[in-house]
Amino acid sequence: MTKRAQFDNVSLSFETPKGRLNVVEDVSYDINDGDFIAVIGPSGCGKTTMMSMLAGFQKPTTGNVLFDGRPVAGPGPERGVIFQEYGVFPWLTVKQNIAFGLTLSANRVAAGERDAICDHYLGLMGLSDFASSYPKHLSGGMRQRLAIARAYAVKPQFLLMDEPFGALDAQTRSNMQNLLLKVLETEGKTVMLITHSVEEAIYLASRIVVVTARPARIREIIDVPFAYPRDESIQERPEFGELRSYIRQLVMDEYRAQQAQMRPASFSE
Amino acid sequence: MDGAGVRRFGLGSIPWIGAILLWYAVRWSGFVNLSLIPAPHQVAAKFFELLTKEGLLIDIFASTRRVFFGVALGILVAVPVGFLLGWYRPARTFADPMINFFRALPPIALIPLVIVYFGVDEVAKLVILVYASFFSGVIVMYEGVSQITPLYIRVAQTLGANQAEIFRKVIIPLTVPHILTALRVALGVAWATLVASELIAAQRGLGAMIQNASTYFLLDVIYVGIICIGLIALIMDMILRKITARLLVWQDRAIA
Ligand SMILES: Nc1ncnc2c1ncn2[C@@H]1O[C@H](COP(=O)(O)OP(=O)(O)OP(=O)(O)O)[C@@H](O)[C@H]1O
Ligand SMILES: [Mg+2]
Repeated sequence: MTKRAQFDNVSLSFETPKGRLNVVEDVSYDINDGDFIAVIGPSGCGKTTMMSMLAGFQKPTTGNVLFDGRPVAGPGPERGVIFQEYGVFPWLTVKQNIAFGLTLSANRVAAGERDAICDHYLGLMGLSDFASSYPKHLSGGMRQRLAIARAYAVKPQFLLMDEPFGALDAQTRSNMQNLLLKVLETEGKTVMLITHSVEEAIYLASRIVVVTARPARIREIIDVPFAYPRDESIQERPEFGELRSYIRQLVMDEYRAQQAQMRPASFSE
Repeated sequence: MDGAGVRRFGLGSIPWIGAILLWYAVRWSGFVNLSLIPAPHQVAAKFFELLTKEGLLIDIFASTRRVFFGVALGILVAVPVGFLLGWYRPARTFADPMINFFRALPPIALIPLVIVYFGVDEVAKLVILVYASFFSGVIVMYEGVSQITPLYIRVAQTLGANQAEIFRKVIIPLTVPHILTALRVALGVAWATLVASELIAAQRGLGAMIQNASTYFLLDVIYVGIICIGLIALIMDMILRKITARLLVWQDRAIA
């Protein structure tokens, strides 16, 4: 198996007015080609920061983040990112948002094909009726689906997804999860997904990285014992339930640690 | 005009009618010397007299043209400068104090110097207006540009955009609203500066007309001049607002 991404003793701290804030501490793990990594941990612990080093927006303070064997130098279209804040372009219509990546020289396609791809994702994401609306008319969940469609449209081999389904209702969420599984099956992508949902992590991922309260360290890396292709029936399996309670316990511990840390000033000088 | 249009028009004209009534009321109240406040109908009569006999249109045209070119040139420079200042923090730290220094200078105070360096013809007036437009526009531009969130640029980068594409497809659309605001602010400031700029030996122009009238104490002419300036500024602003609404349909505004 080839390694696509490597975190190699990675630490990151921010200089803030109140002092140094350690956000990621001594994290090491590999993401192999075809892996589906889910990262789970308490809010504010440093998950987004960890991902943004691989996306190329942040440099580790110490250690190395490698992609395809080379230190990440910046963002690139082979690493598609779905941002926690969506970042749909308000000045473009829904369809123009999806088409955006396809109009760039890095992945330009002919106008006809572009149209077909846009229509395809508009349909998949249930946004066809809003193709020519501006994002200001969309609900939060629709914006999130638009951000997903826009990232899928350029077909990146590696997907970095930061709580991509967080704003969706349970039904839409499970549709989106199944859609993602189907996309992976046909296009063979590698995924790093940040989530707060233990069920989502187990249902989708091949490996789950549980991170600690801030600064984010690796609490445990758990292999998920279900083969792909998966469908919802695995959620009824006893192993699913066992794994779920095990991970929930870990996450709960870290959540409490984070809460305890929030009360006193958590800055070290 | 549809029902809503009629209502909006009605609503918009109430304050004007109120102002005119107040104007008459002040005269009738007896507290002021009537010769110091010409009545609205006298001002209106003067307006038509100036229009038909004295070539008021020439004055309007002269002033409007000055304001137009003053703002156009000022903003043409303010947009790139404001953009650079907003975009590159070091540039801002470097130039900010100086910009605020010059911005604080009232254009009137510069008139003697402008006369010395640029003489008394059209160029001098334009310099004053360009100066006023530039400094009001540049502030709006750099405040606006410095508030552009990096998120959209990051999104574009992850989709594969290169520097030129980011500029063309992300930064320009995000800058357009600030350019339009800068234009509107500069237009307001330029009209306000017009009278000052026409202090410099202007023969024609609304400001010149007001200046000349004040020497001969022609209050009705002064009123006509002031009202004309206000109206033309209002019309220009309305046009600009229409253009803004067209260009920025995508914006999420608190008020429609
Ligand atoms: N640029 C920055 N400068 C200073 N501090 C930062 C910066 N970015 C993030 N932080 C801090 O780092 C910590 C971790 O932030 P991060 O966004 O990675 O958390 P997260 O795990 O993604 O949380 P959530 O689940 O709520 O999204 C937070 O305390 C945040 O305040
Ligand atoms: Mg986050």
